[in-house]
Amino acid sequence: MAGIVGYGAHLPRQRIKVEEIAKVWGADAPSYKKGLMLREKSVPPPDMDTITLAVEAARNALRRSGGVDPAEIGAIYIGSESHPYAVKPSGTTVAEAIGATPHLHCADFEFACKAGSEAMFVALSHIDAKAMKYALAIAADTSQGAPSDALEFSAAAGAGAFIMGSENLIAECLHTHSYMTDMPDFWRREHEFYPQHAGRFTGEEAYFATTMGSSQALLEKTGMKPSDFKYAIFHQPNGKFPQRVSRMLGFTQEQIDPGWLAPRLGNTYSGASPIGLTATLDVSDPGDLIFMCSYGSGAGSDSFIWKVTDRINEVRDMAVKTHKLLDENLTYVDYGTYAKYRRKIKKNY
Amino acid sequence: MAMFSSRSWREYPQRYRLEASKFKKSGKTYYPPRTIDPSNGDTEWETVRLPEEGKVITYTVIRVAPNMWGDKSPYGLAIVELTDGTRVTVQMTDVDVEQIKIGMEVRLEFRRIQTEGEAGVLSYAHKAVPKWY
Amino acid sequence: MRDVCVVGVGMSQWGEVWRKSFRQLFVDAASAAIKNSGVDHLDGLYVGCMSGGLFVGQEHLGALCADYLGMAGIPAMRVESACASGGMAIRAAMFEVASGASDIVMAAGVEKMTDCSGDDATYALATAADQEYEVFHGATFPGLYAMMAHAHMAKYGTTRDMLSAVSVKNHKNGAMNPVAQYPFEITMEGVANSVMIADPLHILDCSPITDGAAAVIVCTEEKAKALGKPYVKIIGSGVGTDTLQLCQRADMTTIKASTLAAERALKMAGKTIKDVQFAEMHDCFTIAEIVICESIGLYAPGKAGAAILAGETALDGKFPVNSSGGLKSKGHAVGATGVAQIVEIYKQLTGQAEGGRQIPGSPKIGMAQNMGGSGASSVVHILEVA
Repeated sequence: MAGIVGYGAHLPRQRIKVEEIAKVWGADAPSYKKGLMLREKSVPPPDMDTITLAVEAARNALRRSGGVDPAEIGAIYIGSESHPYAVKPSGTTVAEAIGATPHLHCADFEFACKAGSEAMFVALSHIDAKAMKYALAIAADTSQGAPSDALEFSAAAGAGAFIMGSENLIAECLHTHSYMTDMPDFWRREHEFYPQHAGRFTGEEAYFATTMGSSQALLEKTGMKPSDFKYAIFHQPNGKFPQRVSRMLGFTQEQIDPGWLAPRLGNTYSGASPIGLTATLDVSDPGDLIFMCSYGSGAGSDSFIWKVTDRINEVRDMAVKTHKLLDENLTYVDYGTYAKYRRKIKKNY
Repeated sequence: MAMFSSRSWREYPQRYRLEASKFKKSGKTYYPPRTIDPSNGDTEWETVRLPEEGKVITYTVIRVAPNMWGDKSPYGLAIVELTDGTRVTVQMTDVDVEQIKIGMEVRLEFRRIQTEGEAGVLSYAHKAVPKWY
Repeated sequence: MRDVCVVGVGMSQWGEVWRKSFRQLFVDAASAAIKNSGVDHLDGLYVGCMSGGLFVGQEHLGALCADYLGMAGIPAMRVESACASGGMAIRAAMFEVASGASDIVMAAGVEKMTDCSGDDATYALATAADQEYEVFHGATFPGLYAMMAHAHMAKYGTTRDMLSAVSVKNHKNGAMNPVAQYPFEITMEGVANSVMIADPLHILDCSPITDGAAAVIVCTEEKAKALGKPYVKIIGSGVGTDTLQLCQRADMTTIKASTLAAERALKMAGKTIKDVQFAEMHDCFTIAEIVICESIGLYAPGKAGAAILAGETALDGKFPVNSSGGLKSKGHAVGATGVAQIVEIYKQLTGQAEGGRQIPGSPKIGMAQNMGGSGASSVVHILEVA
C-alpha cells in the first residue's frame, strides 16, 4: 500500500502583522483578526520563491526518509499557483538540486490552492500502480494578493514535501476521494499579476460545498466517522473557514489544532493543507488516523485518510519540525519592506 | 549584464548540489571543483558533496549594491568555512546585517541568487543563514 | 640581458575627464612621454588596459593606440592583468628591450571609466574577481577588500584609525600632485564619518573611478645617454600570482602574489627590501596599503597599521609610501595605474616631483607595487638612479 516515506516543510522566517497591512489601507484590523481569524502571515524575501521553498522542503523530506536515494525517485510533482516561470518547469530545478535527475518524470501542477494535494494524489497513484519506487510530491507557493484586497491579509508562502513509497512508511494512505465542479470563485488570467475573486461567493457555494462534498463522500465510502480520527486538516484560506468546516463535519478543535496554521502563517495556497499535514505528523503517534481535505478554487477538493505507523517515532526529529519554523526565529517586516520584497513597488529593474 | 543561460547551467552541479572534487592522493576537497590538484598536480578525483553547515571566517555588509541586488541591499557577504574545512563565498540572508560576526554558525540554504531582469533566467545556488536549530 | 632605462614619462589629465575619449587620453600621455624623452620613434608599444571592452566597448587597443599616436605600422599590443595591467605593460616593454629585440619601447596604460553607468563600472571592475563563485554571489571589489580588512582586524587588532591614516596621508601627498583627481587633504574624522560602502570600508577608504592615461619610454642605457635626458634604471621586475578567489587563500590577511613579486624583483635587482627607500603601492582600498606593506616585507605581519598611523610612511617618514597621492587621491584609472606608479618613481628619482612632494634626501632606489583583483596577480618593479 502506498504512503508517506518522508515528509518535510519549509517556511519563510519573515512575517507581517494584519495591523501593519490594515493601517496602510485604512482597513479595520480587529475585524480581520476576528472575522477571518488571521493575526499575521509569512512573507517570502526576494531570494525565496516556490522553487527554493520546494527544494528546502524536499531536503527535509529526504532527511526523514531514512536514506532514500534521490536517484530512485521516479517522479517529482510540484503543485503551485506561483511557479517562478510561466514556461519552464519548477520540478526539474528541484530534481537537479536534490540529485534526482535525469531518470524521472516531472510535472508542475496548477489548480489554485489544490495543486499541492493533487501532486500528492498523483504521486500516490504511481506507487499504487507499482510504476516506480518513490514519487516526490511538493506543495509550494509564494502567493500574491492584490494590494488592499482582502486576500492581501492572507496570501502567504510556504512548502510541504512528501516522498511517497510502498515500504518503510511513516503514514499509510488508506483512502482518497476527489470532488470537482466548475466554479468561478477565484482566478488569475494569463499575464495578470494578481488573482481576482468573487467575494462572498467564494464561501458557501465554493469552499464549503466542495470541502463538504469531498469529505462526506470519503467518510461515507469508508464507513468512518469524525470521531475515528485523531487529527484533521482542512484547506485554510484563513483561520475561520477550516474551523467552521470542521465543525460542520463533526470534527473538534482538538482534532484540527496541530494542522491549523493559518492564523499565524496565512494562506500558503497549494501549501496550506499539506503543510498542515507535516505539522500534524510532527505530533502524531503510531496508529493515529488523520483526515485531510484540500480545496482549490475552480474548484475541487482532494481528501485523504492517513494512518500513522511506528516509524513516526524514528523520523520525527530527523528534520526541523513545522511548528518550530512557524513559531521561532521570526522577523516582523513593515509594509514598505513587504511591498519591496513582493515587488509591489514600481521601479526600474 | 546578461548572463547567457549556458553559463549558469554548466555550474548547476556545484551550485545546486554543492558538488566539489576530492583528490585521491592529497585527500583535499576543492570548491568549485578543479581537475588538477594545486597541491601536487594529481588529476584523479571523485565528486563529493559539501556539508551544509559551517561558520563565518570573515564578512562584510554590502551597502552600495549593484542594481541586481538592490532589493536585498544592504546584504551580508561572507566567507564561510564549512565543517569539512572547505571555504565558500556566499551571501548571508535572513539575518540582521548588524548581527553578522566572525565565528557565526551558519547553514546553507537553497536560494534565488540572480534575476536576469524582468524576463530573463533565474539563477539559484546557496546562501548562508544563521544556524538557529 | 641588457640594462633597461626609463628616459621619459607622460601623464594625461586624471579624473572625470568628460572632454577626452579613451584614445585621446592615451594620445595625451603618450605624446607627453615622447616629448619628455626626446625619442623620435618607437620600436614597439605595450598598452595596459583592464577592460576597454566593458568600459567603452573598445578592444583591439594596441592597434588603436598606435594608430592615433600617428604611428600605425609599429608593433603594438594590449596587456591585461586586471588592475595590474599597467605594471605588466612596463614589464613587457622592459623585457623586449632587455632581450635585445628592441631599443626604444613605450609602455602605456589607459582606462576610460566614466563613459558607462556606475553599475556598469562596478560590473567591469568585478570581472577581476571570480565571476562564477564571487561576483555571482554579490561580491563587489570594496566587498572583497572589506572581508580582508575584517580578517586583518580580527587577527591583528588593526583599527579604524589605522585605515583612515592611509587615506589621510595619501590625500596629503596628492594635494601636491598637479594631475591628482582629488588634490585636497582630508581628516581622520572625515574618513570615519564618510558613507559606509562595505563594512568596514567607507567611501574615503576607496579609490575612485578615474579616467586617465600614463606612458613611459623604456630604452637601452646607450639610447638613454644619447638622448641627454635624465634617466633611471629598472633593476628588478617580478610577478606573482595566487588563487583568483579570496576564500581559497590559506591566509586572507596577506597578498601572497605581492610577496612573490617583491621577492623576485628584489632578487633580480640584487637588493633587499632594506635597500629600497620609498614606494608607490596599490592602495585601491586603505586596507590594501597596510596589507602590502606587510606582504612585501617592509613590516612584519600586523605591524604596518601602527607604523602608518605613526607617520613612518609619510613623505618625511623613514619610508615614504605613495608620494603621488596613491590610487586614493591621484585616482585609479585601473589599467593606467601601474604605469603612473613608474612615472612617480621616475620623478622622485630624478628630483622632478612637483608641488612640494619631492621626497627629501634624494632617494636612490624606489619600488612600484601594482596588483590585480583581490591580489591574484601582482607586479613589482625596482628602479634605481643611473
